Amino acid sequence: MRITGITLALLAVFILPACVTINIYFPAAAAEKAADKIIDEVWQIKNKENAPAETPPAQ
Amino acid sequence: MRKLFASMLLLLPLMAAAAADLEINTPAINALKNSMQARYGQLAAYYASGAVGLTRDGLIAVRDANAVPLSQRQGVNGLVSAENSDRNALYKEIATANGHPEWEAEVRSTFAQRWIQKAQGGWWYQDGGGWAKKQFQPQSSQRAQRNGRSVD
Repeated sequence: MRITGITLALLAVFILPACVTINIYFPAAAAEKAADKIIDEVWQIKNKENAPAETPPAQ
Repeated sequence: MRKLFASMLLLLPLMAAAAADLEINTPAINALKNSMQARYGQLAAYYASGAVGLTRDGLIAVRDANAVPLSQRQGVNGLVSAENSDRNALYKEIATANGHPEWEAEVRSTFAQRWIQKAQGGWWYQDGGGWAKKQFQPQSSQRAQRNGRSVD
């Protein structure tokens, strides 16, 4: 139980501030991803790699 | 004690996910997106003719009013200013939705680059030296690329 307590304290001291720190800096890669998603929708760009073919070949 | 520990462990992936993605699924952002998507139907022809171009600051501008028939000019100006107010609102909204209003400028510059990156061949955009024409994809036409660049 004592060890759990120490582990918890360490977690609180090191990991929580780390999580907060991550978000202080502008997440450039995430922003790019978000921008791409919105632009694809606004300009209705079909994503050839990810989107499954909408009309399967007629047979 | 153990419960607390477990709940902390559960929180970790959540925090990681929050750091990995920006929140863009809010009612305000979706409304702006839909409004811009609807307007694109009217703007597409002007992008293609070069009447309207993409600016360096993530907006659009009338680049060549002469490419628009006199009767439509007022309409184009209206479309451009409506689009720009949506875009400004979008950048602001993304920054605030993620709890960092101060990110607005960086969101804007990210969008500015991505709009231009995703623009179709033949559309015009602003780069450091003025207006430039977006090159066509390699298979389309090599000649268009060579004649494409010009400065107003």
